[in-house]
Amino acid sequence: MNIQKIKQDWFGNIKGDVLAGIVVALALIPEAIAFSIIAGVDPMVGLYAAFSIAVVIAFVGGRPGMISGATGAMALLMTTLVAQEGLQYLLAATILTGILQILFGVFKLARFIKFVPRSVMVGFVNALAIMIFTAQFQHFEGESWIMYALVAATLAIIYLFPRMTRAVPSTLVAIIAITVFVIFGNIDIRTVGDMGALTQQLPIFLIPSIPLTFETLMIIFPYSLSLAIVGLLESLLTANIVDDMTDTESNKNKESRGQGIANIVTGFFGGMAGCAMIGQSVINVKSGGSGRLSSLVAGVFLMFLIVVLGGVVVQIPMAALAGIMIMVSISTFDWSSLRNLHKVPRTDALVMVVTVVTVVVTHDLSIGVLAGVMLSAIFFAAKISKVTVKKIVEEEGTKHVYKVYGQIFFASVNDLVDKFNYNDASVKEVEINLANAHLWDDSAIGALDKIETKFEQNHIKVYYTGLNEESDLLKNKIGGLSKASGH
Amino acid sequence: MFSKLLLATDGSEHSIRSAKYAVDLAQQFDGTVDVVYVIDEKKSKADVLHHVDKYDLKKDREEKIKPVLDLLVSERVEHQVHFSHGEPAPTIIELANENNFDCVVVGSRGLNNLQTMILGSVSHKVAKHAHCPVLIIK
Repeated sequence: MNIQKIKQDWFGNIKGDVLAGIVVALALIPEAIAFSIIAGVDPMVGLYAAFSIAVVIAFVGGRPGMISGATGAMALLMTTLVAQEGLQYLLAATILTGILQILFGVFKLARFIKFVPRSVMVGFVNALAIMIFTAQFQHFEGESWIMYALVAATLAIIYLFPRMTRAVPSTLVAIIAITVFVIFGNIDIRTVGDMGALTQQLPIFLIPSIPLTFETLMIIFPYSLSLAIVGLLESLLTANIVDDMTDTESNKNKESRGQGIANIVTGFFGGMAGCAMIGQSVINVKSGGSGRLSSLVAGVFLMFLIVVLGGVVVQIPMAALAGIMIMVSISTFDWSSLRNLHKVPRTDALVMVVTVVTVVVTHDLSIGVLAGVMLSAIFFAAKISKVTVKKIVEEEGTKHVYKVYGQIFFASVNDLVDKFNYNDASVKEVEINLANAHLWDDSAIGALDKIETKFEQNHIKVYYTGLNEESDLLKNKIGGLSKASGH
Repeated sequence: MFSKLLLATDGSEHSIRSAKYAVDLAQQFDGTVDVVYVIDEKKSKADVLHHVDKYDLKKDREEKIKPVLDLLVSERVEHQVHFSHGEPAPTIIELANENNFDCVVVGSRGLNNLQTMILGSVSHKVAKHAHCPVLIIK
């Protein structure tokens, strides 16, 4: 059965995969170069990453048909490390990122992604889009109107060309048209060649030349952790999108492990850390790719093009790349979240906005996600901690029945204790009905003990009814302890 | 004559109007209705982003076309539902042509010229390439 599945994953769709792989390779080149420039490294670092990650993931990924490579989300996380410590530390951080991701995969941490609320994920992609967009501003500094005109022309081609044909990616057409125009028009404008060297060589195995000390580890570890988390977040989101588009299932833990292996290999071959790419995976599926072969073809064909056409690639004007990155940011942004901002619950909208603002201020996607998750947790606790108590007077005022509704835990107990009337002289006994409540922790038990004590001080008898099994168990386990110690 | 109908829907108010016509036709010819809801890549992306998991997503999509299904159930029209992935027009056309439907019922969104140029008209493409008669509900 396994052999059958491997065969299906690889060769179930040869023609579609090869064609889609070629289309993806063409679309990958400009992005890999542009993301290298965002990270602050030579274009080759992003191109090697795109090649190596795509090829390795073809073999070890958990989601056939998904395309991984150098991405904007990851590039944005590395800028400080590259600026302060240089390329070698980035390569080491890439390898460590891979190791962390494998650990995540081994310990099946992919399921913890569900603790990242949807509004945080929306904030994540919106922040990513804004960051990619603002990263383009540097290319406009000190440039003339020609730069603006070329960027506008690039965008016009990207959005209008698909009206004519969808066979060739419009980003590639835009790049070729603008490059040809600049070369033959003899227009003096910054090109990829001005941003760094591009060697027409295959990547080679190298151990990053860094001191293998604890200090080095402390420098790269925070970056690697951020990269590992953001990489998995985006990869699993992309896997879910591909799952939905193709109406098939995928193995998320295998994908986490695969992303890790791909990053380790990439670090040793001089590439920067990467992850799954939403845009490229969508292009792949739409172009008919669905198997592992598509990712392999994309990686190999990309490297082939660089080795053959490297001399032309350096002449691509930055204007064309900036135009493509603006398109990437527009398609990354979740516009429906803006349209529906007034419709979703206020707290969700606030979590989304806080996630975006945190990222834009800190320039770190992982901090934004953390802030969003924490804020969501606080909102959740606040929402669920609403406890209502209904008082029913029975037996001519000598007995009060309190019906408690809600979740009793550390965040809701303060509210609860104040909801009882302890000083009614006519009352002889009190029944606390917990049929619609749930006791969660020792704060809950402590609160009940406190209520009991307060009533007993006024010589009122207290008893409980309707405890559910779990709450009863908890109460018997720790009940009475706090009261006993209180006297 | 029109006993095997394909109804394209997106859950919008407009597509509920189309559903009424499909029900009418099906009752006249004692036919069946296949409801198709096409999810393109933009919708996939946004939907996955906004739902906790695929079960939640599936529930929500079913919820979306519920008004149409309610209509079919209350009018006692035999029907089937398809959730298909891809570009709306080609997906509807393929489904219609490969399964020999007698008629495709599709709503027209009423876009202006500029929107039609940029977005493309689904109903127009379906009318052009489907092999069977196409009923466009304005």
